[in-house]
Amino acid sequence: MKNTQGEVWVFAEQEEGKLSDVPFELLGKARELAAKLGVKVGAVLMGSGVEALAKPLFEAGADVVHLVDDPALKVYRNKAYRHAMVELVKEVNPQIVVFGATHMGRDLGPSVASALRCGLTADCTDLQIGGYEDKKTGEKFENVLHQIRPAFGGNIIATIVNARNWPQMATVREGVMKPLPREEGRRGEVVRHSSRLEGVEIPVEVVEIVRKTSSVNLKGSRIIVCGGAGVGSKENFRLLHDLAAVLGGAVGGSRAAVDLGYCEHERQIGQTGVTVRPALMISCGVSGAVQHLAGMQDSAKIIAINTDKDAPIFKVAHYGIVGDLNVVIPKLIKAIKNKG
Amino acid sequence: MNRYNCVVCIKQVPDTKKVTGDAMKADGTINRAALPAIFNPEDRNALEAALKVKETYGGTVTVITMGLPAAKAILREALMCGADRAVLVTDRKAAGSDTLATSYILSQAVKKFSPDLVFCGRQAIDGDTAQTGPQIGEKLDCAVVTYLEKLELDGDTAIATRDIGTGVETCRAKLPALFTVTERFGDLRPYEMRRVMKFKNAEPETLSCDDIGCEAGRCGFAGSPTSVNKIESVVLAGGEFQEVPATDEGIGALVAGLIKDHTIG
Repeated sequence: MKNTQGEVWVFAEQEEGKLSDVPFELLGKARELAAKLGVKVGAVLMGSGVEALAKPLFEAGADVVHLVDDPALKVYRNKAYRHAMVELVKEVNPQIVVFGATHMGRDLGPSVASALRCGLTADCTDLQIGGYEDKKTGEKFENVLHQIRPAFGGNIIATIVNARNWPQMATVREGVMKPLPREEGRRGEVVRHSSRLEGVEIPVEVVEIVRKTSSVNLKGSRIIVCGGAGVGSKENFRLLHDLAAVLGGAVGGSRAAVDLGYCEHERQIGQTGVTVRPALMISCGVSGAVQHLAGMQDSAKIIAINTDKDAPIFKVAHYGIVGDLNVVIPKLIKAIKNKG
Repeated sequence: MNRYNCVVCIKQVPDTKKVTGDAMKADGTINRAALPAIFNPEDRNALEAALKVKETYGGTVTVITMGLPAAKAILREALMCGADRAVLVTDRKAAGSDTLATSYILSQAVKKFSPDLVFCGRQAIDGDTAQTGPQIGEKLDCAVVTYLEKLELDGDTAIATRDIGTGVETCRAKLPALFTVTERFGDLRPYEMRRVMKFKNAEPETLSCDDIGCEAGRCGFAGSPTSVNKIESVVLAGGEFQEVPATDEGIGALVAGLIKDHTIG
């Protein structure tokens, strides 16, 4: 049912009692949407013994934290979280629900939307409030959620709306929304809800989780050196690591570089990898497929090195060096060591 | 021994990796005719997962796709790789389906075969939504295991290894279960030569929405809550572009500039 006074909700993803980054990013956007609609921002916090996490959510922009605390929700499981979330949406009736487009969000969001028979747009890069006119019926709608996402391998940007079957739901890519500065001492209301899981059979049991101890932190790096298929070999990729080392930066790769085995999957930058916005991106042997550019074109400064002067990467670059990276990178390293 | 009844949902997609200037029409929409139609990459991994179950434990593999008659091409490919049965769901009523309507129609088709295991690719490269798999699972109300990387079976229990982004999870799922499979599961095996000859002109079974008991209001445009409000083609927005000569002097000047404006150093 359409509830134009309904809250704007953010699913506050947590694992092992630790909130992930994405709810903080989403709360920033949710505040903006809620202000336009004149409604409150709600954060949905699910887990076991997670009440203490309400405080940082308030400080990041939530007005209300809807807490569902149940031992059955200790570890994420599709059926348990889906059931609890569906019941919660039915009870409180928000108008917008956003999830991070993480593994968890992309598992939970579609399941909840399916059960509620409402629309869901995946991997949004922006959300706005606006109007919509149904061209077939001529019906006009005010204040609907514009769900903006790249589609078709990043070659088009589509704005999707879900004007009738509310709540309006979307998953939002990690790293694209900016969190608000933390407002210390900001408080809100904690509302406790039952998980309503009694008597519900959960067909999955989690046996073990091995956490990645990733040394790669692309999102948090000010400087990134990124390689593409043009790097030519895994050995040549060493050069990129050398350059990153003198700059104190991180090394990323395009999908092509990952597919060719030049670098690890966790280093992938682009639509199917990580979205980054470093102060400096040095792009080496990357041709610039649209799906890659979508994940890096907001970098403050982009230096592109490529032997092909017509490579699309030069269209987004601020500085272009047409040349062999095996020659150019050592020159760059030398210049940096000599401070120009 | 037909132990495990497996169904794999597959999709024929335009090869979005091959998008060139011709692939976009002047109005910024996709010229689908200009792109080769392929077997969605991660659906190939899903088929491999099912074929591995059949090979290891015994069973049958049925592939289902929803689409235009041209999608028979990928069903034939699946048969050549070892699938036992191929089904095309094709119906005008399905046109314009978003993921909710698509998952409804596919779930109705899957139910017809009462499988023990259902496999889908994690996502299709034309939409990259990763929504249809979990939404089929919700409608079947079975165990849903996404991002599958490894699978073993023990009676009516699946022992699955899945990528959860922040780590790797091992879980036990009670069958029936639906899995979405990533490229990390492993590549689809090549065609078997004798099957190539046998199936190169095979006519898959065809089902309509009525055949699988779909309510008309849940199919196609009628069953799709989302609508496209606007499409823009991507315009690459570069800043001010400066070409730097690949010489010691050119690169030295560039680095000096970056140090001066505090980008580095």
